[in-house]
Order: sequence, then C-alpha cells, then structure tokens
Amino acid sequence: MKTIARFLGAAAILLASGTTALSARTDLVLGVVLEPPHLDPTAGAAAAIDEIVYANIFEGLTRIGPDGEVQPALAESWEISEDGKTYTFKLREGAKFHDGTSFDAEDVKFTLDRARAEDSTNAQKVLFSAIDTVEVVDPASVKVTLKHPQGSFLWKMGWGDAVIVAPESAEGNKEKPVGTGPFRFENWAKGSSVTIARNPDYWGEPVALEKAEFRFIPDAAASVTALLSGDVQAFPNFQAGDALPQIQADPRFEVVIGATEGETVLAMNNSKEPFSNIKVRQAISHALNRDEIILGATSGNGAPIGSHFSPASPAYVDLTGTYPYDVERAKALLAEAGHPDGFSATLKLPPPPYARLGGEIIASQLREIGIEAEIVPMEWAQWLEQVFTNKDYDLTIVSHTEPNDINIYARDDYYFGYDNPKLDAVMAELETTTDTAKRNELFGQAQRIIAEDAVNGFLFQLPKVGVWDAKLEGMWENAPIQATDLTKVHWAE
Amino acid sequence: MTAYLLRRLTIAIATLLVASLVVFSILEILPGDPARIMLGMNASADTLEALRTEMGLDRPVVARYLSWLGGMATGDFGRSLTYSSSVTDLVLERLAVSLPLAAIALALSTAIAIPVGVFAASRRGHAADTLSMGAAQVGVAVPNFWFALLLVYVFAVGLRLVPAGGFPGWGETWASHFEALKALVLPAVSLALPQAAILARVTRSAMVEVMGEDYIRTARAKGLPRRVVLWRHALRNALIPVLTIMGLQFAFLLAGTIIIENVFYLPGLGRLIFQAISQRDLIVVEGVVMLLVASVILINLLVDICYAAVDPRLRTGR
Repeated sequence: MKTIARFLGAAAILLASGTTALSARTDLVLGVVLEPPHLDPTAGAAAAIDEIVYANIFEGLTRIGPDGEVQPALAESWEISEDGKTYTFKLREGAKFHDGTSFDAEDVKFTLDRARAEDSTNAQKVLFSAIDTVEVVDPASVKVTLKHPQGSFLWKMGWGDAVIVAPESAEGNKEKPVGTGPFRFENWAKGSSVTIARNPDYWGEPVALEKAEFRFIPDAAASVTALLSGDVQAFPNFQAGDALPQIQADPRFEVVIGATEGETVLAMNNSKEPFSNIKVRQAISHALNRDEIILGATSGNGAPIGSHFSPASPAYVDLTGTYPYDVERAKALLAEAGHPDGFSATLKLPPPPYARLGGEIIASQLREIGIEAEIVPMEWAQWLEQVFTNKDYDLTIVSHTEPNDINIYARDDYYFGYDNPKLDAVMAELETTTDTAKRNELFGQAQRIIAEDAVNGFLFQLPKVGVWDAKLEGMWENAPIQATDLTKVHWAE
Repeated sequence: MTAYLLRRLTIAIATLLVASLVVFSILEILPGDPARIMLGMNASADTLEALRTEMGLDRPVVARYLSWLGGMATGDFGRSLTYSSSVTDLVLERLAVSLPLAAIALALSTAIAIPVGVFAASRRGHAADTLSMGAAQVGVAVPNFWFALLLVYVFAVGLRLVPAGGFPGWGETWASHFEALKALVLPAVSLALPQAAILARVTRSAMVEVMGEDYIRTARAKGLPRRVVLWRHALRNALIPVLTIMGLQFAFLLAGTIIIENVFYLPGLGRLIFQAISQRDLIVVEGVVMLLVASVILINLLVDICYAAVDPRLRTGR
C-alpha cells in the first residue's frame, strides 16, 4: 500500500513538472500598496488607478514607453502642420472597446471635449488647456487645433488622464472600466483585489498573460510574507523597509531599483519670513547632506538631485554642486541674513516613510547650523489642506510625482510662494517651443534658475524598487509615468 | 418586561441620535477636503469646484446633516464619495469577512478560555493554576500582530498550508467556501488568542468567587460529583461577568481588528473605516460608525437577554 502511494506521489510530481515545462505560466498576482478609490483614470489623481489600468485596460492616442518616450497607440500616426498648431491623427482601424462598441474619431472627440468641459473632473485638466477645437474628419482621422503651438502636446496625450473613453461607457468607468486595451476588466473585490484578463479581440499584438490580479497589501511586513509564500509574484513598487537585503540575497527573486518621476524636495515657504530671504534658503541648502538623507530615507536607493528635474531625462543638468554640503558656509550665510543664532521653524511631514525618515535626519542637520526644526507629522488629508492649499507651513518634505513638472515653479499661488519673472518667461517660451534641442536648452535654463534661487532644498529622485519572481520578464525598471504596463510581461519558459 | 424593553428602545434611539450628531460634527471639523484628495496636487480650482458640486459638498451643513439622517431613517446610508457604490453595499461586502471572522475568533477564544478558566479555578493555588494563568498572562502581553506574523512564517511561508493573506471571497461552490475559510484560519487564531487569555482570567476569577458561596458547599455536601458541581452549579452562576466580556469582545472584533486585517490584507470593516477616514470619505465613515454604534447597542441588549437566560431571578422580577 505504502509503495503504491509513493508511486502515485512521484507520478503526480512528474506530471506536474511535465506540464509546467511544456507551457509557461500565464497568470500573475501583483501586490500594490494602495487600493484605488475607483478605476477611472480621467477622474482622479491617485497613482493607484493608473498603476492598474494604464496601457492594460485603457489606451490613449499616444502612450509613454518604458524609457519615457512617446509611442503611437490608438493614433497610428500623425501629421503636424507647419505652424505647429494643427495635429491630424490617423486612428487605428479595427480597434474595439471591451463592450463591443467600435472605436472611432467620435470617441476621440468625446474624450477630449469631456476632459476640457467646464464641469470636467479631470485631475490634470491643464493637459488639455492648449486645445482649441477637436474635429472629426472621417471615422479614422481626427484634427486637433491648438490655441498655440505646444511642444509637449503628444507627450501630454500619452498620460493616463488622457486615455480614450467611449460615450456609451464613460459614466461607468469608475466601477467597470471599459477601454480598448489588451486586457479587459474582470472583477474588483473591494478591499482585496482587481482582476484583469486578456482581451481576445485586441487590435494589436495579444499579451502573453491570460490573467493578472492586483492585490492590495498595505503592510510592509505582509508584503514580504506574501512574496516568500509565493502568494504574490511581483511588487512593481515594493515598500523597501529592512527586508530588502534578505530578498536581494534570495535567488528566487529579482530586485530592480529604478527611478520614478518623483522629485523629493524640502519645500520652503518662500513667501514667509525668514525663508523669503534667499540667503536663508541658500544656508539651508548648504546644510543638507544629501548622502545621509538618501541613506536614511530610502536605504540609499535614491539618486541625488540639485534641481527639480529627473536625472533620467535627456534634458537633465547635474546641479547637485550648486550649494554643496558646507556647514561653515551655511552658518556664515545665516549670519549675513541676520540670524547669527539661527531660528526655529516647523517641519510638517506627510505620512510616506521617505518624508518621516528623511525629516528626522534633516531636522538634525538643520540643528547643526542653529535652526531648530520642530517636526509636525500629519496625515495626507491634513497636509493637503494646511500645507498645500492654505500654505500654512515653514518647511515640509514631499515628493512631486507628476512627470516633468518643473512648470509648477512658474504657477501663481503655488504653495512654494515663489515668484521669478525670469523663470515665468522661460516656461512661457517652453510651452510653445516644439524643437527638441531648443526645449532641452530651455529646460536647462529653468533648472538653473530654481537651483540658484534655492527655492527648495532639492534632495533626491524617489526610487522605484521593483521586486518580482526571477522567472518573470518584461516588467518596467523605471516609472517614467505612473503605470504597471503588463503588455510585455511573460513567464520565462 | 414590555415596559423594560420599551425603555431600552428609547434609550437606544436617543444614543443613536447623539452619536449621529457627534460623528457628523467631528468629521465636519476635521481638516481635509475629499475633492482635493481625489484630484491631487495638480488639479485646478474650477475642477475642484466641479467635483465638490458632484459630491454634494457645496450644500449647507445643516441640510447635509438632515438629509443624511432622513436617509438613514429609511435605510439609505448614502453613496460613498470615493467608491461609486452605496455605503450599504460596501458595508455588506466587508461584513462577509468581518462577521464570520469575529464569530470564529470568538468561538475559538470561548472554547479555549472557559475550560482553562474553570480548570484553573478548580485547581486554585496548585501548579496547574499558576501555569495556565501564567500562559494567559503571556497571551495578553504578546502583541497580536507579532503573533500573527509568526503564524504566517510557520504555516504560510514554511509549511505552505494556508495562504499568507488575502481573502478569495466566499464563492459559490463548497471548494471555494473551503478556500475562504482557510484564509480566515490564521487571522482568527491570532485574534482569538489574546481574547482567550483575557476571557480565561475573567472566568477563573468569577469561578473562584462563586466556589466560595454557600450553595456550592451545599451541593458538595449533598454528595454531587465534583464535575457536576463545577460545571452545572458554579459555572452557570459565574457566567454573567464572562458574558459581559464576551459582548465587549465581539463588538471589538467586528471593527477593531484593523491591525490584523493589515497583516493579512483582509477586506474587513476596520480597513474600510481606516481607508475612508484617510480619504475623507465622510459618508462612509459616518455610515459605518453609526452601524457600529447600533450593533454595540444590539449586542448589549442581547447580552442583557442572556443574563436573563442564565439567571432566573432576572427573568421573573426586577
């Protein structure tokens, strides 16, 4: 009897390993930290939405690729008029929404008009601000006329907030997203997971995965056990924590440290004493030891920045040497500014670990030059209201995660309280410049202006720590846009 | 009895009304704009205004309070500001996890605690008493999230008997019911243990007190076996404090299990409230808190009725 059982067991193992060898797995469970409030990327800013639906369920006219480049998506190609104001998009024929309705120029017009409308609740309405009119030429082409030439228009149309939705289904997208992508929405078990499945009618190359489940795991310790137990096979954004070295040492997993678009800054209230004095801001910049901060806040994984710009961008200028770490120089500047004995200020910290951990280090570094920073921890809702909306703060730490967002420094009434007409002029010129070389040069100028003005303490680029099964291929290393693009993801055979 | 019940009912309704006012005002004062949280740092002022109107937040406070109260009276708890579903649906979904979890944990803790408590009381002063109460002390002291992680490492990561977390849903078939039950085993055990420790201590002290009573001596003198005296005469009379604690524990297990829900990433009621608070989904917070207040009132009522069941004196007179 025992022998038979043993034989059967061995046979079962052989059979099981035999089937896995024949064909690779086609299912995947991913862990994400936050549950999205809903699944409509055109009606919310939460990264958690885009990190499920972008490129998987929804597609735009263009899309952003793994290196941040603009690629065609629902627009097969486009022509730009001489004056740079008219874009004629040739649309993909044969594309269908997941509910069976066909995709055509009317859907594009509907989407763009809806996002620009007065009662629009698009979180990035500014993406569409240059659009003057949208005309349907024929079912397969659409003409977008801009108020002025805009260099970044095609890139903007690749955002998650600009994905194409259908008039038939747009209202229901929050609960049951209907797009044109290679995956269709299957199920959302609230509080647990979102499941998507391969779309058999996809217009493009079919995806390798048949099914993918995004499981919501808020706790860092729980994400480690979920990975070790095999319940979850990939974390596009792993909550680093102390367990990372343990996972890095485990050959079953791959740990990939890339970059996000999150410029992490020590924001200073430029409109308030004493931070309105550039010497005080310069002193603070000199007091910051980036290496220590990065080590403490991100376990050493973030890239140092000297201005508000991603080092991954071709237009990046390394300005980390503008105000190098120099306590003596900082003290001298502080004395010149009329604060030889320093002063005290509040340092308001939102919940993410980079802010809470980085805040303690920065507070001790500021103490070195005589600034007593009182740490005030707050939750997001409070931070958004007090610091961001009411500008009631001295210092704060936050990561600005929108891609390519240096233009916030030119915005009126932004919470930095910074105003420099020179920068405003550069940003205005940039808005209408289409030539890449010229654009990069202007981006460089803008980076220099805000670095020299020491608007904020520029700390580091927020890292993207990806952890997944070593046999999984095709996951993104960097996050040039908030996305978990599964279109190229597959299990090694 | 009817007069008694009527009085209880009036008090319950008054409590609910006061609670609704308190909950609503606290959330009104709380800083944080749900529209801003939804739309993030890049949203323009007119977009925020449009969303606030859509959410109905532009109406005056009193009007919102009254319509919320009126809705609840008719069983409509309103629609979530973030999720586009009704509060009732959200709560029902979460109760499908929280209710069975609380029930299993309570059953488990009772099944451990009462025998241990009775046993310790009957061996009062002996090594067995010291040992079991010492174990209970440890059970109270050990943080449950730590214990939970330990269980996960042993049974999910090491032995792979159960999943490390998550909840697959109850499903339609027996197999899926079983999978769902399996997902609740470790959370229930980690919730039950500290509760069992507390309950065992309460049982023991109540038993010790009862064992000193005259009627126990009488029962012994009558020549009843020790077991019968212990279980039928002593335990029954010691149950009232035990039931009180169990009532409180059940109310706690329904919504106070957020830490365990996080460790096992379970979609329970605790996480729903936590998420709703951080997203300033006021309607959901208000609705869930009211439901919890109502369920605590109900549980207390049930406990009172149970008192009457175990103590005949409470049944007949005042």
